[in-house]
Amino acid sequence: MNILYQIGEYVVMVLQAFKRPDKGFVFRRQLLYDFKRLGVDSISIISIISLFTGAIIAIQMAYNIDSPFIPKSTIGFSTRQMLVLEISPTIISLILAGKVGSRIASEIGTMRITEQIDALRVMGVNPPNFLVLPKIVAAMLYFPVLIVYSIFLGILGGWIMGIITGLIPSADYIIGIQSWFDPFTLTYAMIKTVVFAFIITSVSAYKGYTVKGGSVEVGQASTEAIVVSSILIIFSDLILTQLLLT
Amino acid sequence: MIEVKNISKSFGNQLIVNNISTTFEEGKTNLIIGQSGSGKTVLMKCCIGLYDVDSGEVDFHGRRFSNISDKRRKHIRQEMGVLFQGGALFDSLTVEDNIMFPLNMFTEMGIKEKKERVNFVLENVNLTGSNNKYPAELSGGMVKRVAIARAISLMPKYLFADEPNSGLDPKTAERIDELLSSLTKKFNMTTVINTHDMNSVLQIGEKICFINHGKLCWEGDKETILKTDKKELNDFVFATELTRRIKR
Repeated sequence: MNILYQIGEYVVMVLQAFKRPDKGFVFRRQLLYDFKRLGVDSISIISIISLFTGAIIAIQMAYNIDSPFIPKSTIGFSTRQMLVLEISPTIISLILAGKVGSRIASEIGTMRITEQIDALRVMGVNPPNFLVLPKIVAAMLYFPVLIVYSIFLGILGGWIMGIITGLIPSADYIIGIQSWFDPFTLTYAMIKTVVFAFIITSVSAYKGYTVKGGSVEVGQASTEAIVVSSILIIFSDLILTQLLLT
Repeated sequence: MIEVKNISKSFGNQLIVNNISTTFEEGKTNLIIGQSGSGKTVLMKCCIGLYDVDSGEVDFHGRRFSNISDKRRKHIRQEMGVLFQGGALFDSLTVEDNIMFPLNMFTEMGIKEKKERVNFVLENVNLTGSNNKYPAELSGGMVKRVAIARAISLMPKYLFADEPNSGLDPKTAERIDELLSSLTKKFNMTTVINTHDMNSVLQIGEKICFINHGKLCWEGDKETILKTDKKELNDFVFATELTRRIKR
């Protein structure tokens, strides 16, 4: 019963958020602010994780493919495929669920317990529309950019590691990453990213928006936001993969 | 004038506000007093529309406000300023942006006009020159004064303040009371203040409503409150050694 109540409450919040903003320039300002805080501020962590993940995948591929009958270019091909299909859209989204999700839940949760959301309401402002919509839109527009950037860095990481260790010849790696490229895999990655962005921002905002109590409950909401977002990301990943790739 | 007509509010099976009727008069500082947990804050939140009442109604100059849609409430809300207990300033915005927020949302003023209004209200709360500070850089008293500045930035007809001087030292608390009282006179607002501070009661209470266990127990002003023989009110008013000495 409680879960049904929460789903209902979540749907009502999302519907309230997706209304036409009262003032366009206020919305645009909030959107730019959220582009920076949710997107630009995540670039450093995405860079480090993507670069190292790509390097690790390339080494693991090289370690597993030791048959002389399998061309070395397979390492580049497999690294690219793994990054495009799963590592960048899903794993990076899970990391963003931790970084961005906890930030949204704690920010909105703190606003709730310090009566800032009540202040918005008595001013006649629709709080979900003012607080949540810019975050959802910013994430849905910016996360795909981050994921493309992550794929690029991951591939670069694999190439650098191949050169440093001498395990993968540069020319073979470059041939591999160019081989059998199906543009739909990138579309699939982008679709997944947009869905995950919506899940991360809306679920985290809901958890923050419905906080009752004090700082302990804000911390709890922040943790719940990450846990629920992560579960929903993996669950929707399975459904989208089944729908789009089979 | 704000008319509260027979309003009741409960949470679960606990009745918090029990059939209260009163009027808050224009150009006066109206005080709601009572012990912690007596139902003052819930009564105020019913008046400003943060809680829907179970029964009864709240009218602002004859316009019904309770239990109607947010869309219909919006017009009256723009005539209302609210000062929350902790100030409720937006942490990510500067003092200027906090005060400008209602102006951005509800007026078509140009940037120059908005800045003039910000400076005007900051001058009224004695905070000239604090425009670029963030809430985290302000003292408790300054936060309350910025919150008052934001509440009056749209020149509201109605001003609500929930325990405006809680957590402040006596001198700053007195300044906040004086400020609210003088702004009420200056802008002819209907001001409603929740408090359990007897200094505020005796300083600015032009109309006082005493709430006890969710019921309106007594109504009067700062002159009559010390002369009443109502036991519950006397227990509240003369709860401290200081007030008992004054009485003697």
